[in-house]
Amino acid sequence: MLAQEFMRHALVTGSAVGIACGLVGWFVVLRAQVFAGDALSHVAFTGALAAAALGVDLRAGLFGATILGGVAIGGLGERARADDTVIGTLFAWTLGLGVLFLALFTTNGSATNGAAGVRVLFGSIFGLSTADVRTSVVLAAVAVAILAAIARPLLYASLDAGVAAAQGVPVRSLGLVFLALVGLVAAEATQAVGALLLLGLLAAPAGAAHRLTARPWAGLCLSGGFALASVWVGLTLAYVFPMVPPSTVIVSTAVAIYAAAMSLPSLGRLTRVNP
Amino acid sequence: MSAVELRDAEARVGGRTVWRDVSVTVERGAFVAVLGPNGAGKSTLVRAVLGLQPLAAGRASILGRPPGGANGRIGYLPQRRSFDPSTRIRGVDVVRLGLDGARFGVPLPGRRSRAAAARVAETIDLVGAGHYAARPIGELSGGEQQRLLIAQALVREPQLLLLDEPLDSLDLPNQIGVAALIRRICRERDVAVMLVAHDVNPIISYLDGVIYLAGGTAVEGRPEDVISTEALTALYGVPVEVLHASDGRLVVVGAPDLHGHHAH
Repeated sequence: MLAQEFMRHALVTGSAVGIACGLVGWFVVLRAQVFAGDALSHVAFTGALAAAALGVDLRAGLFGATILGGVAIGGLGERARADDTVIGTLFAWTLGLGVLFLALFTTNGSATNGAAGVRVLFGSIFGLSTADVRTSVVLAAVAVAILAAIARPLLYASLDAGVAAAQGVPVRSLGLVFLALVGLVAAEATQAVGALLLLGLLAAPAGAAHRLTARPWAGLCLSGGFALASVWVGLTLAYVFPMVPPSTVIVSTAVAIYAAAMSLPSLGRLTRVNP
Repeated sequence: MSAVELRDAEARVGGRTVWRDVSVTVERGAFVAVLGPNGAGKSTLVRAVLGLQPLAAGRASILGRPPGGANGRIGYLPQRRSFDPSTRIRGVDVVRLGLDGARFGVPLPGRRSRAAAARVAETIDLVGAGHYAARPIGELSGGEQQRLLIAQALVREPQLLLLDEPLDSLDLPNQIGVAALIRRICRERDVAVMLVAHDVNPIISYLDGVIYLAGGTAVEGRPEDVISTEALTALYGVPVEVLHASDGRLVVVGAPDLHGHHAH
């Protein structure tokens, strides 16, 4: 299976996307911002189709829209912890614009243009060029590096904003940077599993990790590992059974890991005697 | 040098003067309660000491520095809600954040990390939270969470502790237990403590002094001098009576509530 170039591309990009999603997702779950991640998936859809309708590179629209969307959600939400009403309003409007761009794009272009809409919605991990792979790996590395740099104060600010602020943690800026990071990762994940399913890769591995351990750094690594495993298992199954789209299997694997974690007793409970 | 010194200080929030002509001193190693009705500006006083609330007038010296300049030597426990039950982060990690949570980057294993872990463990023992510190903090009771948060405020070995209603939402045995713990830390570690409280009774026997905010200003002194009919009548500007209940509790009667809600 590794002899196929499209498969190697898929594995490399999928791994980069998986790790970034798992790590950022752990904080998304901790900060109860899963809904913001959902909103950004709709922004991803609209951004990519806007770029397509305007004849610009699809990825420029995708990344530009999600990162700006993240900053907008952070800026509009009070104290950079975006509230549900703001996000709900923003993303209904965004989706409305997305429908407009889809209509413009498909009526002006040829019949193949309809396929682009489907690719954005459900991902196209088996159709990546060498340049796509390089871009996705670089961006995932950037996302992970930024997250590693801000992880500790972000954890502090997420748990205890008041105390963190008194100790000089820039709580508000961190919240904005983090949502921009979620936007970046959402755009990455759109390439792998599509806008509609990216939440599965962002929330499910992280939810499983939070369930299994209450140690923050172990939980972060576990979350990244689960997302990576979901991608690998998903791509392998999709290769073996060509009838099944890779996005379906990747997200199903992530959900299966989450379901398994929820049915297990917490490791924190098991190791309670040895802090 | 005192831990906290305010001279003729005034605080304005949203254009409204919360208090003025406030001159108070908290000596090193003293345990002082900040009392007063809702809306009198108790939390505002704490925030002013931290430099989070700029003074509209007057002077302030906090551990020899202007407000905000010595926050690294101050342990702060804000007025709070408890952790969400779904928060699955161990108590020990929450305490550790008090030590190095403001630092960027990921903690790497090594000598410094082991020293930090030892300091965290020692602080957790000091507050008596050893047997539940490894559990997720969201699963703990209010009293257990409060002890861990006090450990978090203490872990940098501060010279001044600012505790905003740490006894609120605790049952009476826990209120007394936590108050006794704070008194012990105050004595053993020579830490000055400013504790905002709603009810002075559970803590009155531990206190060195009281700062009473009311009527747009404050008085300070020994608890029995400040919580008296004469002193509080002068402060409120209306007749107020302090009654001594048969069980030794003090009850303030006739004090007008300045506002119907908490001041933040």
